[in-house]
Amino acid sequence: MKPFIEVKNVWQEYGDQVVLERLNLTVNEGEFCTLVGASGCGKSTFLRLLLGQEQPSKGEILLAGQPLPGEPDASRGVVFQRYSVFPHLSVLDNVAIGLELPRAPILGRLFGAAKREAREQAAVILQKVGLGHALDKYPSQLSGGMQQRLAIAQALIMKPRVLLLDEPFGALDPGIRKDMHALLLELWHATGLTVFMVTHDLSEGFSLGTRLLVFDKTRIDPHAPGAFGARITYDIPLNTDRRAARAAVDALPAHLQPAR
Amino acid sequence: MRLINRHPDRGGRLLLILLPFALLLFAYFIGSAARLTDNPNDKLLPSASQMVAAIDRLAFTEDKRSGNYLFWQDSAASLTRLGLGIGIAAVAGLCLGIAAGILPLLGAPLSPLLTVLSMVPPLAILPILFITFGLGELSKVMLIVIGITPVLARDLEQRAREIPTEILIKAQTLGASTWTLILRVVLPQLLPRLLIALRLVLGSAWLFLIAAEAIASTDGLGYRIFLVRRYMAMDVILPYVIWITLLAWLMDLGLRRVTQLCFPWFAGSKA
Repeated sequence: MKPFIEVKNVWQEYGDQVVLERLNLTVNEGEFCTLVGASGCGKSTFLRLLLGQEQPSKGEILLAGQPLPGEPDASRGVVFQRYSVFPHLSVLDNVAIGLELPRAPILGRLFGAAKREAREQAAVILQKVGLGHALDKYPSQLSGGMQQRLAIAQALIMKPRVLLLDEPFGALDPGIRKDMHALLLELWHATGLTVFMVTHDLSEGFSLGTRLLVFDKTRIDPHAPGAFGARITYDIPLNTDRRAARAAVDALPAHLQPAR
Repeated sequence: MRLINRHPDRGGRLLLILLPFALLLFAYFIGSAARLTDNPNDKLLPSASQMVAAIDRLAFTEDKRSGNYLFWQDSAASLTRLGLGIGIAAVAGLCLGIAAGILPLLGAPLSPLLTVLSMVPPLAILPILFITFGLGELSKVMLIVIGITPVLARDLEQRAREIPTEILIKAQTLGASTWTLILRVVLPQLLPRLLIALRLVLGSAWLFLIAAEAIASTDGLGYRIFLVRRYMAMDVILPYVIWITLLAWLMDLGLRRVTQLCFPWFAGSKA
């Protein structure tokens, strides 16, 4: 099977600062990759590269054999930790806008029957993420968890092949987080999406992903902290083969061990 | 209890709102009465009845020479100029602000230019306006436009920059082009900001209007005030000033109500 996403010798540098170095990775369609690592080690940078928000300094990323488009587009959905939804639109229109924008290049909005149809489709997906009761509310009237549900629905209405999540549940209460995990896994099973999720929470990384990617710096020059970048130091298959995962966890250095 | 923790109740608040106005009026009429008993021909602090008579003469009596009701003619002329000026400035400021704040390629040349232009004192170039646009309506409207557009544009540029990058990226992943992104995401988020910015520049707009009318005009509220100054007609000037203040206050109130009505999602609309 041909790999869906290929990362070939990717480097990302900002001036003298090397953030990522020699990144090589192949990901098959439908994998759920969780990205973990210390703060500032380039997980979010890698996600921005996949999103097309930034271009790699060296190397290339292929999506289904083609070079990745150089700017964000409808092929890759995204959910950020904050500011993922439009504050000026109702919940329903926040999702329906994804159907309107590609079809109305001049006015950016649909009218009449087309608009009704878009709203009906949006309502169906909102029903699925559990926001069926809040269609007419504005995002500021929703709780943090509900806003993230909305952001996920918004991304899914585009039927992207890749979903990028940048610490989507980082600001949520533990209880709500659990519900969101269940929702995300359910949607992932149903759609067969390829998911990349950055998280600070190791246990979240282990329980959700089919593959855990650990970002870490292998070389550190104490006199020039920016001289070397992070690489993927551990690439652990999960949930397909629990035992292998467990063994791999035990092999992790102490500071990366999940809290037990 | 500390002063900082003491809040007025409903009735007390109303009383405290009215108190300074009542004190001002009281002080004025005491002074006016004192001066008028000394000298019944005093013009400096006219009594209420003198001002009512002046308004009656200007607002509810036909002018002998032109057959117009001067007060209403002045108001209409001034409000037309002000409305045109503010309207044009709002559209221009919105376009410039969005262009400079959202599109880096346009922001690079526009942003420094707007900063420099906003430093030009508009009244200093009033003669240039009179020379280029003549003494007609156009130069007066242009003074308001030139005076407040840079301020509006710079404010909206700043507000446009404050829209989180995440929102702009998200719109692109939802299939927006640059144009539809501006139309459906940036513009609706900036409209309430525009109304707030307009409330803040209302004072300047009136300033430029009165200045232009004072120098070259044949009607308008500013023209009338500066005309009757020659006769020390405080009984006309004071009601005109109060009327202008009332109009400006009503505009401010109107803009605030429109913000609340049209943009219920906007947190700043409650202020």
